[in-house]
Amino acid sequence: MSASMSTLTITPGAQRTLKNHVTIAQTLRNSLSMAGRGLIKIRRTPEQLIDVTVQPIIFTLMFTYIFGGAIAGSVADYLPLLIPGILVQTVITTSVVTGVQLREDMDKGVFDRFKSLPIARIAPLAGALLADTVRYAIATTLTFVMGFIMGYRPGGGLGAVVVAGLLVIACSWAISWIFAFFGVIARSAASVQGISFLVLFPLTFLSNAFVPVDTLPPVLQWFVNVNPVSHLVTAVRDLANTATFTSDAWISLLGAAIIVAIFAPLTVRAYMKKA
Amino acid sequence: MTYSSDWAVEAHGLVKVFGDNRAVDGVDLSVRTGTVYGVLGPNGAGKTTTIRMLATLLKPDGGEATVFGHDIRREPQIVRQLIGVTGQYASVDETLSATENLVLFSRLNGLSRADARRKSTELLEEFGLTEAAKRPLKKFSGGMRRRLDLAASLISQPPLIFLDEPTTGLDPRTRAQMWDTIRRLVSTGSTVLLTTQYLDEADQLADRIAVIDRGIVVAEGTAGELKASVGSASLLLRLADPAALERARHAVLDVLGVEAMLTPEAGRITAPMSDPDSITDLLIRLRADGIAVEELAVQQPTLDEVFLALTGHTAGDDEPSGGATGAENPTPASGTTPELETTR
Repeated sequence: MSASMSTLTITPGAQRTLKNHVTIAQTLRNSLSMAGRGLIKIRRTPEQLIDVTVQPIIFTLMFTYIFGGAIAGSVADYLPLLIPGILVQTVITTSVVTGVQLREDMDKGVFDRFKSLPIARIAPLAGALLADTVRYAIATTLTFVMGFIMGYRPGGGLGAVVVAGLLVIACSWAISWIFAFFGVIARSAASVQGISFLVLFPLTFLSNAFVPVDTLPPVLQWFVNVNPVSHLVTAVRDLANTATFTSDAWISLLGAAIIVAIFAPLTVRAYMKKA
Repeated sequence: MTYSSDWAVEAHGLVKVFGDNRAVDGVDLSVRTGTVYGVLGPNGAGKTTTIRMLATLLKPDGGEATVFGHDIRREPQIVRQLIGVTGQYASVDETLSATENLVLFSRLNGLSRADARRKSTELLEEFGLTEAAKRPLKKFSGGMRRRLDLAASLISQPPLIFLDEPTTGLDPRTRAQMWDTIRRLVSTGSTVLLTTQYLDEADQLADRIAVIDRGIVVAEGTAGELKASVGSASLLLRLADPAALERARHAVLDVLGVEAMLTPEAGRITAPMSDPDSITDLLIRLRADGIAVEELAVQQPTLDEVFLALTGHTAGDDEPSGGATGAENPTPASGTTPELETTR
């Protein structure tokens, strides 16, 4: 602590120009700064990436060889159906971790500082969620790579596969707002996981991710067909296998937008209340 | 709303209720711009809650407060542009390095990438953290963490800084360094509102002090006014031969004219001391009586005594584990020991 502080002079409070609102540009800037923090954290704690590396490998192997013969007759026939399904399921499951980590993060003192800064209230949350898209990207890449190793050759070509991957990442980011909301309102990280899986399992398994819809009883068929996850799975299949951007893709994006529109404000409000 | 630049903080009747606990129960504070204001009180008195409300981290359940004339409820974003907050537990990111922390907070304060780098380097140097800049924070000592925390609060050069127990848990040397830093801060024109459990800290730093207990301000004034209301220091003697205690008590009664308190097991004798000059007389008398003194200390009023005087109960009353016993059982350390030990 040298004496150089005396070179600073403080501008008195009364002589500052101040505003009580945050612009959209500032909100974006703040969120990106917070995302930068998230990326540094991911780099510092690589062990937190175990789930996104191991899960795609194990799930892809497991589901392919368990269900392949029973559902599609052969593994090779099942892969074009399964890989998009497993991709969506894996990445959405990964987004639960976002809520859990947010809960742990929020209990730390640094969130007090974030709250005391004149930044957009949403920035610490949006930044954390944005940084986690890196995790989704890793899971997406590994799932496609595993599929490729097992013999999956997407008919749509590389470009379409990349678009499909981006679609999944975007939708998972939207869905992660649901888990972020649980993260903010829950008392502990463990309970976040508990509630989140209650939402996650029906959402991912009651979809067309693993089985053809027409094998299901009528009530389930109805739910599977309205489930946004089904639309996302169909959109990814169409993109990866035939390189077509179908109405299912648009429905998925619309669903994602609706989720963000509902859960982002809810989450921010709960976050601000929670002090 | 009246605009005022004379007052950095004006709070009237602030209330915060947690369940059925009225943590802050009608606190009034007026902090003049450019001064250091100390909020003194034991754990659980409502100090931190008060600061958190003023710093817009917590919504008050009642009352009004302004920071440089800006209402904390209606204009929170403006208030945040005027304050820096350093919490009781360092509010920096553990997984980031010191530099990364300061760059992040600089960016969030609106500095460009280049300016953020420059500012961080500058602050690290100023707070003696340059060598540790790239080290992970997990390896930082408590003092280093606190310094980094304070540095982070100064990025925007806020005219008002909240320091919540800035030296709790620090060793004496680091505490003295922290005090120096706070003094320099004030010399640059900053207003400081600090909370503390230590009477001497408030004494050393604060222009005015509010004593807070169970959510209300029980006394307010300068350090001098406060001490005068509390009473005098006490003299503490430890005798080489505990058997001489009774004779020593007589000597104290004769010379100082006051009744002393004995702790026979420790061979210790404590007496209120109003006139430091008379100590010489007492020591001469003890020598003449052949009573050998092993240790001599002057004890400033402890926070517990301040509390006893102001509220009629000791600061530790609320704590079932009974951590605070400073008043009944003062520790004869070298010099003054005006600390209050309370359980957390």
